[in-house]
Amino acid sequence: MTEKQVLLKVENLYKHFPIKKGIIFSRQTGAVHAVDGISFNIYNGETLGLVGESGCGKSTTGRTILQLYRPTSGSVFFEGDDLAKLKGENLRRKRRDLQMIFQDPYASLNPRMTVGQIIGEPMEIHGTYKGAAQTKRVQDLLQLVGLNGAFANRYPHEFSGGQRQRIGVARALALEPKLIVCDEPISALDVSIQAQVVNLLEDLQSTLGLTYLFIAHDLSMVRHISDRIAVMYLGIIVELADRNELYANPRHPYTQALLSAVPYPDPFVEEKRKRIILEGDVPSPVNPPSGCRFRTRCQYAKEICAEEKPAFREISKDHFVACHFDISGQQSAS
Amino acid sequence: MAELLKVEGLETHFQTREGVIHAVNGVSFNLKEGETLGIVGESGCGKSVSMMSMLRLIPSPPGKVVAGKALFEGNDLLTMNDEQIRNIRGAKISVVFQDPMTSFNPVLTIGDQVAEPYRVHHKAGKKEALDRAVKYLELVGIPNARERLSDYPHQFSGGMRQRAMIAMGLICEPQILIADEPTTALDVTIQAQIIELVKRLRDELGMAIIWITHDLGIIAGLADRVNVMYGGHIIETAPVKDIYKNPQHPYTIGLLGSLPRMDETEYRRLTSIDGLPPILLEKPSYCPFEPRCRYAKERCRKENPGLKQVEGDGHFTACWVNPKTGKEY
Repeated sequence: MTEKQVLLKVENLYKHFPIKKGIIFSRQTGAVHAVDGISFNIYNGETLGLVGESGCGKSTTGRTILQLYRPTSGSVFFEGDDLAKLKGENLRRKRRDLQMIFQDPYASLNPRMTVGQIIGEPMEIHGTYKGAAQTKRVQDLLQLVGLNGAFANRYPHEFSGGQRQRIGVARALALEPKLIVCDEPISALDVSIQAQVVNLLEDLQSTLGLTYLFIAHDLSMVRHISDRIAVMYLGIIVELADRNELYANPRHPYTQALLSAVPYPDPFVEEKRKRIILEGDVPSPVNPPSGCRFRTRCQYAKEICAEEKPAFREISKDHFVACHFDISGQQSAS
Repeated sequence: MAELLKVEGLETHFQTREGVIHAVNGVSFNLKEGETLGIVGESGCGKSVSMMSMLRLIPSPPGKVVAGKALFEGNDLLTMNDEQIRNIRGAKISVVFQDPMTSFNPVLTIGDQVAEPYRVHHKAGKKEALDRAVKYLELVGIPNARERLSDYPHQFSGGMRQRAMIAMGLICEPQILIADEPTTALDVTIQAQIIELVKRLRDELGMAIIWITHDLGIIAGLADRVNVMYGGHIIETAPVKDIYKNPQHPYTIGLLGSLPRMDETEYRRLTSIDGLPPILLEKPSYCPFEPRCRYAKERCRKENPGLKQVEGDGHFTACWVNPKTGKEY
């Protein structure tokens, strides 16, 4: 790749969900700090992986970028425009370039619409293809994702999970977007079907020049598909680096623990591995710990971790870590 | 080591509106004392159904075990009367279910539920049973176990509920613990906690474990032997190292190839298995994997291969074709 072009720039993004009490006079008593100040770039043509455990805010990040949730504060720059400030017609037009593939292929397709209607709907709304041209386009899209063009008249229940996910991909492609947010697109699928969908996403990226934000909790799959990876914990990004760099040289204690927890499909490696076992559970995002978010489970935690928020600093080229200490990666497996 | 469980020719059918689904089609395997057996396969391959059939936990109707034997300590679990099987379930063979969110009763306390098997099987009083529950909750690493006895399931996190579930499974010190995807609903760091816990308990208590999963990664570090299931059959069985180093069935080879590995530095395109798992409206008279198999030959469409021994001790595969040479054996 020549000079990398920034396609999407996220700056200090916050998303808090209010917690309300009272039935008639509802008042806000607290907030779920789902996304708590994150910044990153997505470069044109790359796949940025976003990993973390359930409840860490990775899906909320994806949805807030697409303005499906409006951010509490912060900016999302896409081709020069701040999506967080766009409204109505202007935002709707931008949405053409930003699409999403959802996690659950069973819940994300309307059971009362045919596949042709599902894929045709975005074209209908944005007026890009109509009538016979639309029918043709739907068939082309179905073939592009490896389904028979004649399936356009069928309903979602006639398809398996993997096929439905392909329909979801076709719908996301209908408007020729530049960026697709893939929100755990394969975690509901069986292993052998996961590989089919991942290969499809890779093929589409190389033929159509797409950029992906790939949200997942499966670290081995994220490594496979991403160019760079961001690790989230409790609403913040704790580490961001190039794929190989992150896995070979993880510098945040959470990343280290996360990587060491992933089982390898290899008994010879598993025999020799030592795991970092984290104690306890993720704290509640309603009342996150002071200072460093991870300190309550961190084996290296010192006083400073409770007092000060660690800066998100660049420790080597393009490798960012939010930790007060310099903990060099001693990954157990490799 | 002595044989603890011997399952022979197990077949289970489900009556549905579309017809009879042949979910399990002749499953046979043995389990030795203290052994950890991994059962791997994708959804609908019959891995859970075969275990639940063995314990007579299949809802009937629609399900029915139509053939087979499951000998535990010489007695057939499938033909004994209800009282006899009740004395085995939860006491000598216990199950940890997949979903820690729904397998507890939300209106009973954790303490009552964890202690229940002990009260029932050992006719113990409430106090004694609760004391024992504390011991096992501590064993699985629940802090302040005594204070948490009166908590309800919703007050526990997912990982803690799964621990409590394991404590409930262990309270009668069973000879066999069947774990049905116990970590699938959990995050990786919590999954790692649970796996370390189970390994430690296995070494301390010396029970045999049957671990059902779709994740080949978990099994690699845990099992002694692995059964790979497809279409209601065991299609390959081998000691754990053989199955990863030297997989013999095209399905196992495909499954391992479709997994990305964290330790690979070079990009490798995943080998996907085309097509879909079969819908078993009849007992397959041919190889159930044939429609998706790269090596399929004429014979594969006509006859269903049984398990037969291939190179290596205890390594059996159900395939007509040797995938190394692409020719029939």
